[in-house]
Amino acid sequence: MAVLLRGRRALVLVSAVGLALVGAAGCSSGTSSNANKDSAECAAFKQYQGHDGTTVSIYATIRDTEADLLEQAWKKFSDCTGIKIAYEGSGEMEAQIQVRVDGGNAPDLAFFPQPGLMNRFVKSGKLKPAPEKVKAEAAKNWSKDWIGYGSSGGKFYGAPLGSNVKSFVWYSPKTFKEKGYKIPTTWDELIGLSNQIAASGTKPWCAGIESGEATGWPATDWIEDIMLRDQGPDVYDQWVNHQIPFNDPKVASAVDRAGSILKNEKFVNASFGGVKSIATTSFQEGGLPILQGKCTLHRQASFYAAQWPKGTKVAEDGDVYAFYFPAVDASKGKPVLVAGEFVGAFADRPEVQAVQEYLASADFANSRAKLGSWVSANKGLDVNNVQNPIDKLSVQILNDPSTVARFDGSDQMPAAVGAGSFWKGMTDWINGTDTKTALDKIEASWPK
Amino acid sequence: MDFATEQPKFIQLLVGLAVFGLVVAALLLFIDRAPKRGHERWQILGFLAPAVLLLAVGLIVPAIRTTWLSFQNGDSSAWVGLDNYTWMFSQSDVLHVLRNTLIWVLLVPLLATTVGLVYAVLVDRARLESLAKSLVFMPMAISFVGAGIIWKFVYAYRGDKDAQQIGLLNQIVVWFGGEPKQFLLNPPLNTIFLLIVMVWIQAGFAMVILSAAIKAIPADIIEAARIDGTNAWQLFWQITLPSIRSSLVVVVVSISIATLKVFDIVRTMTGGQFDTSVIANGMYDQAFRFGQTGRGSALAVFLFVLVLPIVIYQVRSLRHQREGR
Amino acid sequence: MTATAGAGAIIAPEPLQAQPDSAVKRVRRKLNSRTASIVSILIAILWTIPTFGLFISSFRPENDIKTTGWWTFFSNPQLTLDNYNEVLFGTSSSSGQLASYFVNSLVITIPSVLFPIAFAAFASYALAWMRFRGRDWLYILIFALQIVPLQMALVPLLKLISTGVSIGGLTLLPAWAPQGVDRFMAVWLAHTCFALPFAIFLLHNAMSSLPGDLMEAARVDGATHAMIFRNIVLPLITPAIAALAIFQFLWVWNDLLVALIFAGGNAESAPMTVRLAQLAGTRGNEWQRLTSGAFVSMIIPLIVFLSLQRYFVRGLLTGSVKG
Repeated sequence: MAVLLRGRRALVLVSAVGLALVGAAGCSSGTSSNANKDSAECAAFKQYQGHDGTTVSIYATIRDTEADLLEQAWKKFSDCTGIKIAYEGSGEMEAQIQVRVDGGNAPDLAFFPQPGLMNRFVKSGKLKPAPEKVKAEAAKNWSKDWIGYGSSGGKFYGAPLGSNVKSFVWYSPKTFKEKGYKIPTTWDELIGLSNQIAASGTKPWCAGIESGEATGWPATDWIEDIMLRDQGPDVYDQWVNHQIPFNDPKVASAVDRAGSILKNEKFVNASFGGVKSIATTSFQEGGLPILQGKCTLHRQASFYAAQWPKGTKVAEDGDVYAFYFPAVDASKGKPVLVAGEFVGAFADRPEVQAVQEYLASADFANSRAKLGSWVSANKGLDVNNVQNPIDKLSVQILNDPSTVARFDGSDQMPAAVGAGSFWKGMTDWINGTDTKTALDKIEASWPK
Repeated sequence: MDFATEQPKFIQLLVGLAVFGLVVAALLLFIDRAPKRGHERWQILGFLAPAVLLLAVGLIVPAIRTTWLSFQNGDSSAWVGLDNYTWMFSQSDVLHVLRNTLIWVLLVPLLATTVGLVYAVLVDRARLESLAKSLVFMPMAISFVGAGIIWKFVYAYRGDKDAQQIGLLNQIVVWFGGEPKQFLLNPPLNTIFLLIVMVWIQAGFAMVILSAAIKAIPADIIEAARIDGTNAWQLFWQITLPSIRSSLVVVVVSISIATLKVFDIVRTMTGGQFDTSVIANGMYDQAFRFGQTGRGSALAVFLFVLVLPIVIYQVRSLRHQREGR
Repeated sequence: MTATAGAGAIIAPEPLQAQPDSAVKRVRRKLNSRTASIVSILIAILWTIPTFGLFISSFRPENDIKTTGWWTFFSNPQLTLDNYNEVLFGTSSSSGQLASYFVNSLVITIPSVLFPIAFAAFASYALAWMRFRGRDWLYILIFALQIVPLQMALVPLLKLISTGVSIGGLTLLPAWAPQGVDRFMAVWLAHTCFALPFAIFLLHNAMSSLPGDLMEAARVDGATHAMIFRNIVLPLITPAIAALAIFQFLWVWNDLLVALIFAGGNAESAPMTVRLAQLAGTRGNEWQRLTSGAFVSMIIPLIVFLSLQRYFVRGLLTGSVKG
């Protein structure tokens, strides 16, 4: 009883304190924003008005400071329309969204980082198709490809939001200057440079694919990027949609090309050890040796900019920067691997649609970009509003007419492959499994 | 901290506790003043009803639902019979998962209980006992995810010749002139390195329970044995161990069940790669990440099956206990 | 855990032959106690070093943590409070500072510890000391429920709360979408449900190992079940309750999964674990903050452990049984 008794005694005590609090503080009502909804600065939001006092909930993977920037970006919208946006970011979102939807507690909007995940909710009939206005706004701002990634079965569901460019190789401009290296613009130059560095006695490349339960994804990015270069966008699409089997010789050719770097003991894994050390090096740490001059090249997406320690200057004349991962055959255009989020809706209340429409607009893209560290393929995004050099470079690549952009393949495949056997297969492949065995196993796991 | 925004929380807490206090008081009153007709039965109902109701809602319904789902396909739209179970036993990956779970559930309870028991006996009545116990208890106070991060550090690997190790274990290997190793890479040894983390956590649990049990041994018995000239070794085998037998069973059973359900450690440290996955991870991946609810549920049902030996043991010891009374 | 197997174990052991304390014996005993000390210190060190390493790391600058081992700290001490600063006072303006989440953790944990312990104690008493048909099977069923994985139980419980229950048009439980502080109630409910099997297992074990004569005597004196429960059983199983309270506290305090589903993700109702997970950054790039976060969240569990430890008292039963 002692514990219970103590509990009760504590209860009395706490009650007394609580009552005192109630008395002292009285009723403090929530402070609501009182922006004048008719003022000039709210004129831009006229079309979204009429939903004063409503709340829209959003669930996404973006968290901490990046989440703050998002909330800052739509604050004015919120103030001017009176729509409160209840944002929640969680690293568990990709699995927990399923729990919430199954439990009958879906958020109004979700930012899906993978079209494949969004499609799952389309198939189960939980996701609402995008309303006409959102469709029109998205069609105005995004290329056909992007609209396609946000569609399923001929219907448009999710307007794209942020984007990132994955076809980058990080390097140190300082080291390049000291050693007299030139930024490679073709595949052969890239391999040439690698050989040159290897000949000087140090390994050129560093990589890390460990990422907790997502271990393996950086390796699949490699494969996708090279698939796009080795086989071209059409074969890439067939592969992603499983129109050719996963163990097709064309895929094997791309994987082997990736292996010419990733499984080459002369090239990897600078400062971490041999090829196998790639498997246990975390992706966050994978490129850091570049800063100490122990590694020269690291292929990773634009968002790797956030991994450098505070005080690192990320710019063409700074400590680190990235160059475009060169094409194998430049005459066929500039293949670029991209990724991003899509805004899917589980509710079709008018205020939810208003938020959807706003997020699809160029206004939002510019408002968010001005706050820094943001890339979007939104055509209405003014590159001058983009803050960081690497983000600017990303936007330029996305807007370049010669760019052939393809969305991250593993994000489009069924999750059992794209977030399962593909990751696992490539991790095993790094760890010594040969290409054929690895690909056969992935093919066998494709859901029927 | 803005006090005004925190205030409703405390009010909520107080209301909750007050309602709880009322419920408990009402329950005791009800048990005491139960109708004369069927008095005993009403009393039993009073004691059991809240727990049974909550269990039904929180666990029994889900268990039935899971079993139900395990005979259905990925998005629970069609019946597939035993397909999910045949899938389970035909995939080499899943068989690895089952093998790993077996290794875990055999080694973790054994090692954790041994360490916890030895430590509890050794520090009993020692100077600074409280501090000594806190040290071994500390890992319990860290979340599984936190523990995963700590041990990822311990096992960290730098393979380059002149690179500095950042993982303690490899640094020790290097200090003794060895080659650094990737501890988490090669099965089946990597599973051992992972389960050490669980032992590290659960030893504290064993220590707390067993230490309390040791303290509950009546002092006069120990005194009597001491006077008789029993040495520490004999004291342990002849008095301590038999006296704490039932606590020992509690510890082993609890750790076994916790180990069967282990999830976060594997997820944080290897994500189930390199053939280290265990049932709970396989279940979570299938049901929530891959949208294969049927397969995930089948794995969960297999967990129910694995716990059967422990349940049967409980039935037997319960019978034994009843007879002995 | 007054876990003596019934009254049987309390019977004194077979008398050992009294032997004169020889010099050899005394030396051996001293040696014994020395080995004992060495072994216990060894275990203590092995168990502390990983945490100690993390502790040192939590004071090291981000770049140092990521590139050198924590032991180099001793040859090249570089101290910073940045990690703690970021965790405690937040880099993220909108999601508030840790203090709010700390309050949430407390508001979640206290009832989530008290509720299941109380209900489990009630149930355990009936299962251990009242006679009715099917009682052993009920106990075994509850025991076996420990194995139901939390992950599989979340969806049905969430569904129950968010859609309610109705049978044939009769609403037994209305649909409920808790907002703000009301969410705490859903979290309490979830934790209470999930904690019961283990709590009943532990308390039943402690209660059923109490000597039967004790209950008999009380019954003969005319005590009711409620009185026996309150005045005899509960005081005697205090160590078990204390142990259970510690474990339940730890479990709830460190829980992330239940909180993610039922408490949401903002300062209004989410506990510290949710905030700490967010602090790692969108792509886990700020994981050095987790080092200090781990220590901040460890403080309260350690205090709880130290303060409940005094309930593990020696020989509660001594004298209460004619031995």
